[in-house]
Amino acid sequence: MVEKGTTLLKRMEISVAEAEKRTGKNAVSMQETYTVYLIETSSQHRGANPAPDSLWRRYSEFELLRNYLLVTYPFVVVPPLPEKRAEFVWHKLSADNMDPDFVERRRVGLENFLLRVASHPVLSNDNIFYSFLTQEQSWKEVVFETGFQAKADSRLKALNATFRVKNPDKRFAEMKHYGDELQSVISQLLRVRARVADRLYGVYKVHGNYGRVFSEWSAIEKEMGDGLQSAGHHMDAYAASVDDILEEEEHYADQLKEYLFYTEALRAVCRKHELCQFELEMAAQDLTSKKQQREELATGTVRTFSLKGMTSKLFGQETPEQREAKLKTLETQIEDGEEMVKEKNAECEEFVKNAWVDIERFKEQKDRDLKEALISYAIMQISMCKKGIQVWSNAKECFSKM
Amino acid sequence: MMSGTVVDSSSPTAAAPDDISGSVLELDEDEDLEVFSKDTNFMDGSSLNTSMQTSPGSMVNQYKFEEEEEQSDTKDIFVTVDNPESHVTAIETFITYRVLTKTTRSEFDSSEYEVRRRYQDFFWLKCKLEEAHPTLIVPPLPEKFVMKGMVERFNNDFIETRKKALHKFLNRIADHPILSCSEDFKVFLTAQAWELASHKKQGPGFLSRMGDTVRAVAATVRGVRNRPEEFNAIQDYVEAFSQKMTSMDKITQRIIKEQKEYLEEMKECGPIYTLWSGSEEELVEPLKMMASCLDRCCRDSEEHTQYLSSNLLPILHEYVLSTETLKAVLRRRDNIQAEFEAKNEALATKKTDSEAESKMLSLAWDSLVGKDPDEIRQQKQQKHKGEIKELKEEIDKLEDKLEWANNTLKGDWSRWQKSMRSDLKAAFTYTAEKNMEYYEKCLAVWESFLLSQRTEASEGGDRDES
Repeated sequence: MVEKGTTLLKRMEISVAEAEKRTGKNAVSMQETYTVYLIETSSQHRGANPAPDSLWRRYSEFELLRNYLLVTYPFVVVPPLPEKRAEFVWHKLSADNMDPDFVERRRVGLENFLLRVASHPVLSNDNIFYSFLTQEQSWKEVVFETGFQAKADSRLKALNATFRVKNPDKRFAEMKHYGDELQSVISQLLRVRARVADRLYGVYKVHGNYGRVFSEWSAIEKEMGDGLQSAGHHMDAYAASVDDILEEEEHYADQLKEYLFYTEALRAVCRKHELCQFELEMAAQDLTSKKQQREELATGTVRTFSLKGMTSKLFGQETPEQREAKLKTLETQIEDGEEMVKEKNAECEEFVKNAWVDIERFKEQKDRDLKEALISYAIMQISMCKKGIQVWSNAKECFSKM
Repeated sequence: MMSGTVVDSSSPTAAAPDDISGSVLELDEDEDLEVFSKDTNFMDGSSLNTSMQTSPGSMVNQYKFEEEEEQSDTKDIFVTVDNPESHVTAIETFITYRVLTKTTRSEFDSSEYEVRRRYQDFFWLKCKLEEAHPTLIVPPLPEKFVMKGMVERFNNDFIETRKKALHKFLNRIADHPILSCSEDFKVFLTAQAWELASHKKQGPGFLSRMGDTVRAVAATVRGVRNRPEEFNAIQDYVEAFSQKMTSMDKITQRIIKEQKEYLEEMKECGPIYTLWSGSEEELVEPLKMMASCLDRCCRDSEEHTQYLSSNLLPILHEYVLSTETLKAVLRRRDNIQAEFEAKNEALATKKTDSEAESKMLSLAWDSLVGKDPDEIRQQKQQKHKGEIKELKEEIDKLEDKLEWANNTLKGDWSRWQKSMRSDLKAAFTYTAEKNMEYYEKCLAVWESFLLSQRTEASEGGDRDES
């Protein structure tokens, strides 16, 4: 799923090897149970038998890392974390965070997250990320010291604000629209898949009843007894086989879910572009209006209605000295304004350039991964069919001996 | 139309027309048992007027069944039931079925017959056969009333299922060495409507049938004292077998239901992938292919469920019904034995009574009347001897009847067992094959998906095969 041979991943092996339950006192001194995950890293340049370094991290620390990355690299489509709570579950699957299957799938998801970050051309070079992997003590303090929290709050505010952009980059608008569509389609798919899993479970499990009845029935038969009895065992095996089948299918669902969560990251980048663009447009607008004021002041014509203009008309003109002072202020403001516009423009251009590079990278990755996922789904179905053929072929043999 | 065991409350007691509106529950009220659930929606392609299903699958199945019969090479009578038609009169609406017969038997005047019969007629035939051969195992008829709640006797599935069951019914009779020679069977197959009606009116009169019934009731009330062990064994077996078949029937119905619900959900997947492909560029082909594969799998699943409904389920259901027949046959045999035992007891009583009687009452009476005691005694003794002789004759007849009943039952029981084994073996084997076929079809679908992706990949040339 993740490209090998790039950046950090070239120099280092990373895995989330285990998960463990811990109990401890939380911030408000209450007892709580939580799960920790063992991160193992081994530098490849460290000689023949490198013992892996390892440290334990909680899910909340992963979240902290991700938030930091989101704020620090707003132009990157940051890989998502596995879901906090189990969603799109079919009835047999537990929605409990402590359930061992959920924990296991989460472990895999967290490992996947780390591998994706470690293979990202920009993110993998981040020091905070490196310390996350290697520095057990006081990593949290180091993160907070970067002051990213302040940026995080303003970012959140901005992302949720409503504003209209006059000239958005068409590519980003399309990308945002694509993200929405992808999110909608994958959600539908996951919902239907959960229902299908429920139904499939039902079909297989009812066959287990055949097993029970065949077994009881074989007791009253002479010639048919053996055939029935052994056929019954195969029916039991058939009924039991659905658990593995659905476990494998869950993996496909996880692959879809990753991209469902990716759409949020994609949307965030597009939003950030809009924000940049908006700020640029605001700055430009501000500059234009200031320039207009200067012109009015200089030529004495009131082209636009302003309260100042009205009051000066009613209560008398300003003195030439007052006008001079005003003009000077305006000039300074205009100079600052022009600087601002230049800055914002550069910011925007920079952002667009970097973001689009990452979006292209993301698109390629997405196409590869999803195609891979579809293929592995087909392989899973083939394996399921083969199992089915086997069981029924065995049953048929038993029946023929009846 | 008494079958001789009126006490059997679960069988219809009279030839009630099969179009009584209002729901009648013939089956137990088990929630698991959902016969002809209202949600049944599959299309089996047959309209009201199509002929008997001639899909290769069902033909093979039928052929297999007939092959197992002992008289496969001597089979000289072929019966088919098809072409259901609705008839509406002022009083009622009912369905008739076409019954086609082809035969080389000499008892038949012609070699081909075509008649139309309604369910009532089949029921009449069954009753006549049971009357004539109380301890033969007459094949089961499909139930009179089936729907729980709603009266949907005229929905296509119901008619189709019933038609096939009626076909089975007649064929099993035709294959039976004794039943197929029945005059009533011949009339059923050959008579025109009015001929059949007049034939139905013949037969033992009402009073004699009443007599049979009364005797039967008396015998049942009395019960049988010394049932031979082998019939006890058969009884136990039938009891257990009945339970197992009922379970098998219910389980199969449940599987069909679950599969249909699975299909309903699966059908939604393909369209979502198609919708998705509309947003993509690189992924358009694989997504469309996914949609197409899922649709094909849905069709395969539908076919498979259809097979279960129209082939496996009917045979299981038939055997559930036949256990009712078996229980009735055993009861009738018991009644014959009970009658025999009752007569024996009567004889024994009569013998012991003879001494006592002659002493008390008659002496008193005779002295009153003033008759010659010796003459009277002689008359009485003659009469008594006569009565005992009569009883003994009756007992002999009953003994013969009992022996005949026991032997025919034993013979037919062994025949039934053979049929049951071969029928169920064939049905289960074929079911297993159909399951395999379903999975093989799906396997091919998904392999074609992989193939299409690999082809794309090799054309693109930028993926390594993992």
